[in-house]
Amino acid sequence: MPTTTFRRPDWRAPSVLPGFGLTFGFTLAWLTLIVLIPLATIFLRSAGMGWHEFVAVGFSHRALAAYRLSFGTAAAAGLVNALFGLLVAWVLVRYSFPGKRVVSALVDLPFALPTAVAGIALTAIYAPTGWIGQYLEPLGIKVAFTPIGITIALVFIGLPFVVRSVEPVLADLGHDVEEAAATLGANRVQTFSQVIFPAIAPALVTGFALAFARGVGEYGSVIFISGNMPGKTEIAPLLIVTQLEQYAYAGATAIATVMMLVSFVILFGLNTWQAVRRRRLGA
Amino acid sequence: MIRVQNITKRFGEFPALHGIDLEVKPGEFIALLGPSGSGKTTLLRIIAGLEFQDSGEVFFHDEDVSSVGVGERQVGFVFQHYALFRHMTVAENVAFGLTVRKAKNRPAKSVIKARAEELLRLVQLDGLGSRYPGQLSGGQRQRVALARALAIEPRLLLLDEPFGALDAKVRKDLRRWLKDLHRQMGLTSIFVTHDQEEALELADRVVVMDHGVIEQIGTPEQVYMEPATPFVARFVGETNQLPASDGKDMLHVRPHDLEIVAADGDAVLVDNVFRKGGCWRVEGTLTGGGKVVEIDLDASRPAPSPGETVLIRPRRSKIFAQTGA
Amino acid sequence: MSRQHSTSEGRAARLGLIALALLFLGFFLVLPLLAVFSEALKQGLGAFIDAVKNPDALAAIRLTLLIAAISVPLNMVFGVAASWAITKFRFPGRNLLVTLIDLPFSVSPVVSGLIFVLLFGANGYLGPWLAAHGVKIIFAVPGIVLATVFITFPFVARELIPLMMEQGKDDEEAAISLGANGWQTFWHVTLPNIRWGLLYGVLLCNARAMGEFGAVSVVSGHIRGETNTMPLHVEILYNEYDFVGAFAVASLLAALALVTLVVKSLLEWRFDLHSGAKH
Repeated sequence: MPTTTFRRPDWRAPSVLPGFGLTFGFTLAWLTLIVLIPLATIFLRSAGMGWHEFVAVGFSHRALAAYRLSFGTAAAAGLVNALFGLLVAWVLVRYSFPGKRVVSALVDLPFALPTAVAGIALTAIYAPTGWIGQYLEPLGIKVAFTPIGITIALVFIGLPFVVRSVEPVLADLGHDVEEAAATLGANRVQTFSQVIFPAIAPALVTGFALAFARGVGEYGSVIFISGNMPGKTEIAPLLIVTQLEQYAYAGATAIATVMMLVSFVILFGLNTWQAVRRRRLGA
Repeated sequence: MIRVQNITKRFGEFPALHGIDLEVKPGEFIALLGPSGSGKTTLLRIIAGLEFQDSGEVFFHDEDVSSVGVGERQVGFVFQHYALFRHMTVAENVAFGLTVRKAKNRPAKSVIKARAEELLRLVQLDGLGSRYPGQLSGGQRQRVALARALAIEPRLLLLDEPFGALDAKVRKDLRRWLKDLHRQMGLTSIFVTHDQEEALELADRVVVMDHGVIEQIGTPEQVYMEPATPFVARFVGETNQLPASDGKDMLHVRPHDLEIVAADGDAVLVDNVFRKGGCWRVEGTLTGGGKVVEIDLDASRPAPSPGETVLIRPRRSKIFAQTGA
Repeated sequence: MSRQHSTSEGRAARLGLIALALLFLGFFLVLPLLAVFSEALKQGLGAFIDAVKNPDALAAIRLTLLIAAISVPLNMVFGVAASWAITKFRFPGRNLLVTLIDLPFSVSPVVSGLIFVLLFGANGYLGPWLAAHGVKIIFAVPGIVLATVFITFPFVARELIPLMMEQGKDDEEAAISLGANGWQTFWHVTLPNIRWGLLYGVLLCNARAMGEFGAVSVVSGHIRGETNTMPLHVEILYNEYDFVGAFAVASLLAALALVTLVVKSLLEWRFDLHSGAKH
């Protein structure tokens, strides 16, 4: 009778399934090589440059203007998406209309379309001679090469985050709570504002935060439409590229560090908030 | 013969099993009965080799299999939700244990095919070999899972809540069928259940478990009529707890072991009377103590009416010292 | 007068909301898509074909296919291995591992390129050593592969982990109890169970690998015919005012995106794969 002895590390629960050593080892090694070490270099570089230099290049006037622009336009686009993303999710979950499946599939277009393609397409539409730009120009409205153009690009990029966050929650909500509200005498507006909206608000916040984080770091779809004027329409990721092209590694590193910390803080805060909420609601 | 000796198992801080000893005779049909969290499934999985004990041994005949992998133990395991391979046909599922054998031990293709057909006939699914599990009913899936487990000619058949996922009617039919099959094959079998009725109907012996320890091992008759602990009395069958005459201990009495007497009994105020099968079920409260009492009376005689006070006396009872309960 | 349902909007409100949503999507999603194809064909099919057949464009297409052919299988193997370790076993730090795998999603594409420049570039930690040994990573194909692997790192794993978590390990335990060994269990039981989810993850991974711009732009060096991927080639042509050329190459990428969306939707409808927030 062949026997197998089970040797295993003490720290993991035993299992009859094989392959833990192989798959866990490979996962950890690949993760460390591809993600952890490269990401660590950026903090190592920042740490190596000293506080004064870090502040000088990471918070220069030009860098501050870039942060303001990146965070501001990402927030504006996030808000637009929160509003229209909720509308799109609502329409997709609640109503039926011809072509709904196509519309639903199309919502993911920004995930699938390369950002550079989106960038030149949006520019073709909103440039002063573009499809829509030519009608806005006589009215004195400039879209391309202004923060409005950047915001439009970020609306494009961020839309699916909001729709796909809200959709499942809205679908799960079920008709019964609304019916309960109706039997208790609530009208439609009251039902929406007091029953439905509070239930989907967390998903909306999540979608906003994801869209915002993505928008802050976005590059490809923005640089064509943004005009890239230092201090005016130069987003933070572009400033990193510019610094790199001028071999200003310290500047690029410091700005990248600031951006990374901000996005980690946002996502960490989001996770913590969700965990706390779940615990409080006992879900 | 299967022997389990002093098995202990913890999941983190939670003690799942504590000092379990059990002997199963060849050909026996054993039920592990207990509420959820009693450790019955963990014990079954340890016997199978799907889970590992912290200490203690498992013997198959006189061989210590504690360090033998599940694949080599030759046990047939039927999972609660069947774990059928959805992308394989029924016949492929049944044949799986033979087709994955090393080339030198693997029967010829035609032999495997014939064996699968034979097993499907045994579980009364002949002709359904080319279907997929998704096209079968719950009861049929259950029988495919059984045929698949039997294909490896196991020394021991283990079933985890075999009827748990089925509806009442199918459950009943399948129960009878499984009992016949066991009688026919004589394969040593252990099944886990939380349903006492199922355990009493099917098993040669019932192992009642709670909180990781065995409360009692006995025939269905013993477990029902002679519960070893208050837990067994409460868990297996219905029971009333009445204060004993010494005022300290508890008397455990089955509803059908209570009779109404003219004098010299405990007074019970009748709250509710309804028909339950062949008897009257009388629900009442002990006057004074306020304890709820359930009594089954012969339905051929008139029943007391709600509001009446009757005197009751146990025909037979079991006394447990107040400590353990 | 139509009776208004207590739990639904009136017909007018419903149509109004649908119209508004479609108008918004039309402006923000459909219009750019139309713009790509219409600009590409602005000077006729001949100009479009010439632009695509340009040697530099063909080189960019070849490089993009090569990059995807290397990085997608790597992340596929990684995704399967990571999901197996994470979903079939319990060990402390499991949730942390999942978080770390998702990390590249929260890093700006430009920063994703920058980290490899800081590591392997001329001025980087390993730059001088690499230069001394004649190994070129930055401004060469290996750098583009690295950046692409980093960017698409979580795609397959994050698709498989929830799927395999939900499937549990009963099937694998059943196979093992029937005498199958590890590889047999994986090939005959696990892989068939996850194949559509795996395809889904690979599909999204591939779309991103072929379309990535920011990270690749930082490490590529933009050498025409050598280190120019399709998205980078779009940028170069656009900046040279060769709009037809830029949109012609862009339209190929847009077509890839559409195919991806169609297959993705088919997988979702047919196999009930979830369609939660994806990156």
